[in-house]
Amino acid sequence: MSCIEQMKYKLYLERTSFKEAREYIEKNSDEIYYVEPGYKIFKDYYIIGVPPIALGAKGKELLFTYVKPCHGTFVMAIESEEEIQRLRDKEQEKVIVSLKKGRPSAEATPASYHDVWKK
Amino acid sequence: MDGNKSALLMMGCPEVPVQMGIVLYLSNKLGKAGYDVTVAGTDAALKLLKVSDPDEHYVKKTMEIDQCIADIVEKKIDFDCCFAFMHSDAGMTYAATMSAISKAKMYAVIFGNNAEDVAETIEFPAEKIVAKAVHNPIPLKNKIDRAIP
Repeated sequence: MSCIEQMKYKLYLERTSFKEAREYIEKNSDEIYYVEPGYKIFKDYYIIGVPPIALGAKGKELLFTYVKPCHGTFVMAIESEEEIQRLRDKEQEKVIVSLKKGRPSAEATPASYHDVWKK
Repeated sequence: MDGNKSALLMMGCPEVPVQMGIVLYLSNKLGKAGYDVTVAGTDAALKLLKVSDPDEHYVKKTMEIDQCIADIVEKKIDFDCCFAFMHSDAGMTYAATMSAISKAKMYAVIFGNNAEDVAETIEFPAEKIVAKAVHNPIPLKNKIDRAIP
């Protein structure tokens, strides 16, 4: 079991589908970042999900999907400016790499859910 | 299928009865074909497995499912093929994760009352083995035998 369940968290959605959870994060966050499955947060939680996985920043809260095989997908929130900053830094790195390659920065992150499988 | 390869059987929630029977059947089949088989699942699913196969005739290696995903992400382990068992959106989500992090050839083993609906949500590359089976494992067993002679 991940340490996440021992942390102080808030649940915004419970026992829903992954798609609905992603849409909730996209609609209810101030900032949205997309990561691949297996992205690690809070030291030992490797995110489960259908790529691209949306993570949201809402004030000091990080909104993320948490999947349990017998209970479905949850949208959880944990206050962590550190994790939000790590996402901002990661996004910045993508833009720099993209610029160095001479491509528009929009290519750094898939534009939509379907784009990931087009590659 | 070739021998001397590794296979992961990734169980979903154990609430649908056919899953455990088919996992034991497939593990036996792959083992006889020379595969090194590992079965991953939740704590409850692994307990069911150990009670069903106490002397490890059919399954020799097991792993907790989230630890399995962590080890693949950290590149400590990987498999040549993965059979992802699912009857719900959560099972499909785990399988999509495995497809993204592992180099394994993916087989999606889909069962339960909503098997066809779940199968339609799969957008990652995988060979789908689909049967509307809940209590009777034979339709799913037959589909598996057709996919893996």
